[in-house]
Amino acid sequence: MITLTHYLVLSALLFTIGLAGIMTRRNVILILLCIELMFNAANLAFIAFAKSLGDPSGQVIVFFVITVAAAEVTVGLAIAILMARRLSTLNADEVSLLKW
Amino acid sequence: MAEAIFFYLFAGLALIAALLVVTSRQPVYSVLSLLVAMFCLASLFVLLGAYVVAALQILLYAGAVLVLFLFVIMLLNLDRETLARTRSFTLRGAGTLVALVLGMGLVRIVAHAMAGRSVPPVPEQTGTVERLAQLLFTKYLLPFELTSFLILAAIIGAITLARSTGPDE
Repeated sequence: MITLTHYLVLSALLFTIGLAGIMTRRNVILILLCIELMFNAANLAFIAFAKSLGDPSGQVIVFFVITVAAAEVTVGLAIAILMARRLSTLNADEVSLLKW
Repeated sequence: MAEAIFFYLFAGLALIAALLVVTSRQPVYSVLSLLVAMFCLASLFVLLGAYVVAALQILLYAGAVLVLFLFVIMLLNLDRETLARTRSFTLRGAGTLVALVLGMGLVRIVAHAMAGRSVPPVPEQTGTVERLAQLLFTKYLLPFELTSFLILAAIIGAITLARSTGPDE
C-alpha cells in the first residue's frame, strides 16, 4: 500500500538532490536545472497532499508553480546568455562584479 | 499491488535520473536526465489521479522549458576552455555533506510526523479538466490573471536582456 508518506519521502529526497546540485555545481545553466528539480519535488508534495486531503486546490497550485518556473527559467537563461556574451564565462564563481 | 510496483519503478527511476542531473559533466546529459525525471514524475502524477497536471508537466516542462535549455546550450556553443572551467565542482565535500544531513533530517521529519497518523480515506478526486477549470476560474481567478501578467513581464525581460544590440553597444 502506497501512502502519503512514500510520496513525501520521495519528494524530500528529490529536493535534497537538487539542493546538493545547487551547492556543488558552478555552471549557471546547471544551477537553473537543479532549481527546476527542486520545483518538481515541491510539486510532487502538493499533488500527494491534494490526493490525500481530497482537495484539488493542490493541483491548481502546481499549475501556478509550473507557470512561475517557466517565467523564471526564461529570464534566468537570458541572463546566462548575457553572461556568456559579455564575460565569456558560465562559471558562477567568476562573476564577481558586485563583490568588493 | 500494481500501484506499489509502478510507484517503486518510477520513484527509483526518478531518483537515478535526478542523481545523474547533478553528477554528469556534460550539460546536455544533465538536461536529458532531467527530461527522464520529469516523465517519471508525470507518471507518478497519473498514479495520484492528477491527469491534467501530468499532461501539463510533459507539455510545459519537457516540451517547452527543457527545449529552451537545450537551445541555450547549443546557442552559446562555448569553446573547450570556457566549458572546462564550468565543469569544476566547488565545495564538493561540504555541499554533499550538508545535503545529506538535510535530506536525512527531512525524511525523518516526514516519517515522524506521519507515523501513527492515519489519514481518513476521502472520496476519489481525480483532476479532470472540468474540476480544475472550475477552481481556476472561480476561487483562483485573480492569481490566474496575475500569472498572465507575470508571463508578459518575463517575455519582455528576456527579450530586453538577450537582445544582441543594446543601446550601450
